[in-house]
Amino acid sequence: MEKRPFNDVSYEQFLNEEKLMGSKCQKCGALFVPPRPICIKCYANEMEWIETKGNGKLVAFTCIAIGPPFMIKEGYDRTHPYVSGVVELEEGARVVARIEGVDGSKPESIKIGIPLRVEFLHRGKANNLTTFLAFKPLDL
Amino acid sequence: MQGRRKLGRGVALVGAGMSKFDVFRDKDSKHLFAEAFKEMLLTVDKGIDPRDIDALYLGNFTNDFFVHQGHWGPIMSDLLGITPKPATRTEGACASSALAFREGVFAIASGFYDVVLVGGVEEMSKRSTEEVTDGLAMAASPYEATAGFTFPGVFGATATAYFVKYGANREHLMNVTIKSHNNARLNPKAQFNVSIRDIMNSRIERAKSKRQTIPAWRDEKEFLRDPKANPVVAWPMYLYDCCPISDGASCVLLVGEEIAKKFTDDPLYVVGIGQGSGKGLHAKEDLTYFEATRHAAQEAYELSGFKPEDVQIAEVHDCFSIAEIIHLEDLGFFKPGEGYKAVEEGLTRLDGPKPINTSGGLKCKGHPVGATGTGQLVEIWKQLRGEAGKRQVPIKDLRIGATHSLGGTGGTCTFTILERR
Repeated sequence: MEKRPFNDVSYEQFLNEEKLMGSKCQKCGALFVPPRPICIKCYANEMEWIETKGNGKLVAFTCIAIGPPFMIKEGYDRTHPYVSGVVELEEGARVVARIEGVDGSKPESIKIGIPLRVEFLHRGKANNLTTFLAFKPLDL
Repeated sequence: MQGRRKLGRGVALVGAGMSKFDVFRDKDSKHLFAEAFKEMLLTVDKGIDPRDIDALYLGNFTNDFFVHQGHWGPIMSDLLGITPKPATRTEGACASSALAFREGVFAIASGFYDVVLVGGVEEMSKRSTEEVTDGLAMAASPYEATAGFTFPGVFGATATAYFVKYGANREHLMNVTIKSHNNARLNPKAQFNVSIRDIMNSRIERAKSKRQTIPAWRDEKEFLRDPKANPVVAWPMYLYDCCPISDGASCVLLVGEEIAKKFTDDPLYVVGIGQGSGKGLHAKEDLTYFEATRHAAQEAYELSGFKPEDVQIAEVHDCFSIAEIIHLEDLGFFKPGEGYKAVEEGLTRLDGPKPINTSGGLKCKGHPVGATGTGQLVEIWKQLRGEAGKRQVPIKDLRIGATHSLGGTGGTCTFTILERR
């Protein structure tokens, strides 16, 4: 059984291993993605790691023209907006993520409710590797 | 009127001042806070000796990383000559001075202090837009930042959820912007004290003088629809949906209720205060309201015994146009899903039944984040005392006003109700 602590360090390690993991309360079954160390539904102590299937749908989104430095470095700017969104997973929990495979300069073409599939964006080099959670349309 | 909860001792507001909010290359945090303080002293009708101030609570969010200087409490108490009295800094992102205000109220209500100075300051404009966007994103939840969300981005996503749930659209958001500019036009302290119509006219004049093509906007909405005039920041948030980057300071003077008349015959009484906290974007069950605001409002209404319909005028935290609409609903002024209709019908205009953001709000008055919470109190102070000049609301028997602050992406919200008796 997976023994890693239920924290953001483990969560990010899992993303790096291309797994979208959450914590599930062994008592009441509540699922938290990203993981919570405490069940805030029933306050039981026993949590376990669960790998989500990576399927979801778009709940809300934005097309960002003025981004932070790390997004500008990726080539996004006022003429090339990127998309960030809230995604509801098949398992019920929600995550915030980059939305890939859609055109940020045509927001009207992006529809709330569209089915999405998880993607893992690996950035940086060996000792300084970061993996960003992303989703893209299922029919792509 | 008496609510369910009680303060141990009544608290009154007896003075309020602010600097102009704007972009200042030649003014730093100390300069701006001194300006606010000097104006506040002039508003205390019977005068105040600064040496009688027992404590300072100061709200500030970004100076550590934008100015590379922390520990602002004693810097300001030294500036004002009130050392060795205690000086405490509060941080709640964009609600920082709203938290300072609450601490000040509690300090007096507990009986520990009699006279407390509460204020806030922020110095943001010396950094680039990208640096400020990045710095402010520190107040979002960590997951939001790595997903690329900026503040305009969070409110953009919030707007898409609101649109889908209630059938509103971008045109409705424009009504908020147009109203804010109309109000700010009457506020000399506002960063943008011009109406949208004024901006259109000046652009047309400029085009004429340069012999360029003259823009053919028929009305304000056509100007706001023009991507050249109003570019997208984080769709569906455009430039005119977003508050600006600002520098500024504000402060108010609080005293124990029983000594208020020593300072003025016309104090305002702090009858309701509330604060709430909220989850990150991903953990919210519904993106179309802020649980922290609803909790803050409930606390403040319970303390005051007042209901939403008793509040005659309010300043709410319109960091983005969609935010103002949602706050109107969360504070109980209008039903969920009805806020955008109320704005469209003009109910929140200066001359409407429920004037909102008569100062021009964060959108037009400016949003030096740490100075905003107490800056809102300055506006309500002026309105309730009938000192708001050209933008004085025409409500007869005006006596109850309120302020609402929001920090981060809704992580910290406050609500305050003031009464003139």
